[in-house]
Amino acid sequence: MLAFILRRLGQATLVIGAMIVIVFFGVNVIGDPVYMLISPEMDQNAIEATKVALGLDKPIWEQFVYFVSGAVQGDLGRSFVHGEPAIKLILSRMPATMELALVALLMAIVIGLPLGVYAGLNPESRISKAIMAISILGFSLPTFWVGLMLIMFFSVMLGWLPATGRGDVVRVLGIETSLLSWQGWTFIALPALNLALLKISLVIRLARAGTREAALMDYVKFARAKGLAQSRIVGVHIMKNIMIPIVTVLGLEFGSLVAFSVVTETIFAWPGMGKLLLEAIQRLDRPVIVAYVMVVVVLFVVINLMVDVLYSILDPRVRLTEAKA
Amino acid sequence: MTDAAINAAEAALPAIPKEESPFTRFRKAFVEDKVAVAGLILFLIIVSLALLAPWITPQNPYDLRSVDIMDSRLPPGATMGEGFTSWLGTDGVGRDLYSGILYGLRISLMVGVLSGIIAASVGMAVGLTAAYAGGRVETVLMRIVDLQLSLPAVLIALILVAALGKGVDKIIFALVVVQWAYYARTVRGTALVERRKEYVEAAQSLGLSNARVVFRHIMPNCLAPVIVIITVQTAHAIALEATLSFLGVGLPQTEPSLGVLIANGFQYMLSGKYWISVFPGLALLLTIVSINLMGDRIRDVLNPRLEK
Repeated sequence: MLAFILRRLGQATLVIGAMIVIVFFGVNVIGDPVYMLISPEMDQNAIEATKVALGLDKPIWEQFVYFVSGAVQGDLGRSFVHGEPAIKLILSRMPATMELALVALLMAIVIGLPLGVYAGLNPESRISKAIMAISILGFSLPTFWVGLMLIMFFSVMLGWLPATGRGDVVRVLGIETSLLSWQGWTFIALPALNLALLKISLVIRLARAGTREAALMDYVKFARAKGLAQSRIVGVHIMKNIMIPIVTVLGLEFGSLVAFSVVTETIFAWPGMGKLLLEAIQRLDRPVIVAYVMVVVVLFVVINLMVDVLYSILDPRVRLTEAKA
Repeated sequence: MTDAAINAAEAALPAIPKEESPFTRFRKAFVEDKVAVAGLILFLIIVSLALLAPWITPQNPYDLRSVDIMDSRLPPGATMGEGFTSWLGTDGVGRDLYSGILYGLRISLMVGVLSGIIAASVGMAVGLTAAYAGGRVETVLMRIVDLQLSLPAVLIALILVAALGKGVDKIIFALVVVQWAYYARTVRGTALVERRKEYVEAAQSLGLSNARVVFRHIMPNCLAPVIVIITVQTAHAIALEATLSFLGVGLPQTEPSLGVLIANGFQYMLSGKYWISVFPGLALLLTIVSINLMGDRIRDVLNPRLEK
C-alpha cells in the first residue's frame, strides 16, 4: 500500500515538474509584455528601467531558474498589472470559484440523480425519453451560449434573477462566502446552473445506466420478494450501489468544473480565478497566467491522487496488478 | 458427367447471397435510425448553405462598402437601406445577420473539420507508432497522452491561444493539440489487438517493410473507432472554437465565426436586442446537434469499444 502511494506521489511530482517547464516556456513566447505597460512618452531609459524592475532584461534561462526557486517557496512572481504577488491574487479569487464549483456540483447531484434514477426505472416511458433527450442536448449545447440564454430569460425577460456579479459576502472562518444570505443565492443561481448543465447530463446518464443494471440484480428481487416498499428499494438498495461510480466520476470532474468556470465567470462577471485568468490573458500578464495554471495543475494532481488512493483501498486489484506490471 | 447433370446439380445448390461491401452494410444500418437520418439531412443543409453563402445572401458582410452603419441593430424583418429585407435583423455595425451567419458557418465548419482531420492524422500516426514499436517509445508517447488527457481541453486551448495569439491558423493548431491525444489512445488500443492477428504475421513473413505493414495492413483495421471519434470531436472542436472566440481570445473580428458573432451581440443582450446573439447561437446549436445525432448512430453501428 505504502509503495503504491509513494509511486503515485513520485508520478504526481513528475507531472507538476513537467508542467512547470512547459507552461513557463510556453507562456514566455507571448509578445513582449513591456510594450503593454509603457506609455508612448517613455524614453529608452524609462523602458530599460521598467524591464529591470520586472526582471525581463535577464536571459530566459535565468528567469526560469529564478522562477523555479521562487515556485518551491510558494512565490510565483508579481503581477505586471496589479503589482501584487500572483499567487496571492489567485488565492484571493479562489473562494469565489470554489463556491461556484461546489454549488454546481450540488446542483448536478440534486437535479441529475432523481431524473437519472427515474429514467432507469422506467426506460420505456415518454418522460424518460424526454429526460434522455435533454441530457443529449446538455452535452451538445455550448456552455457560453446557454449562459447567454439564461441571462436573457431569467434576467432580461422575466427579471427574476440578477444577470451579473456576486452578492454581499460574509466572512466565515476567514473565507468569504455569499451563500449565507438569500441575496447571495439569487446571484449564484444562474452561473451555478450554467456551470452544472454538463454535469447534470453526465449524472443523468450514469444514474440511468446504474439503475437499469442494479434493478435486475438478485438483491433487488429479494428485497421486492420480502415486500419492501418501492421507495425503500430505490432509496436504499439501488441508490447505495449506483452512488460509487457517480461519486468517483464527479470527484474527477471537479477539476474540469474549475477549468470551465473561466467561461461561466466571464459571462456572469463572477469575480473568481477564471475571470482573473482571462483578464491576464488579454493583458499578457504572464505571472498571473503561470500562477493560475500551476494552481489548477496542482489541484488536478491532488484530486487524481486522492481518487487513485481511495480506489486502491476500495479495490485492491488496482494496486496489485500495477505492482506486477 | 454430362453438362446437363452439372447444371442440375448447380441449380440444386442454395443460391450464394451476394457479398455486401462493408460500406453498404454500414449505410443500411445507418438509415434504419430516422433520427440519425434527420441529423444527416440537417447537416447537409447546413453545409450547403455555408458553401453557397456568396450566392444566396443579400450582402457580403466582409465588403465594407455594402455595410451601412445606419442599418445597425435593426430588428428581424426590417427593411435595410439597400432595399432588401433583413429576416434575422442586423448586428451592431449594420451587417445583415442572415448573411453574417452563413459566412460565419463557413469559418466555423472549416476550422472544426480541418482541425479534426489533422488531429486524426497526427493521433493515428502516434498511436500506430506506439503500438507497433512498443517498448520505451510506447511508454514515452503514452505518458504524454495521459498527461494531456488529465487536463481539461478548455484550459489547454486557452493557454495555447494566449501564447500564440489570434488567427485561423493558430486556433486550428490549438484545436489539433487539444484533440490528437484521443485518437492516439484509441488507435493504440485497437492496433495492439490487431498486430497480434495472423494477417499481420503473414504480411511480416512475406518480407514487407514495417511501414507497409503498419499503414496498409494494420491501419485500415483501426479506422472504425477513428471515424466515430472524428464526428464527436468535430462537434467538440466547433463548440470549443466558438467558446474561445466568444471569450475574445479565438478568432479576430476580421474572421467572424459564429462565436465572434455571438460575442458581438452579447453587449446588446441586456437591452433586449436578443437577435444579434440568439440567431448565430441557434445556427451553432443546430450544427453541433446534427453532427452529434449522426455520431451517436455511427457509434452504435460500428460499435468499437470506446474509452469514454
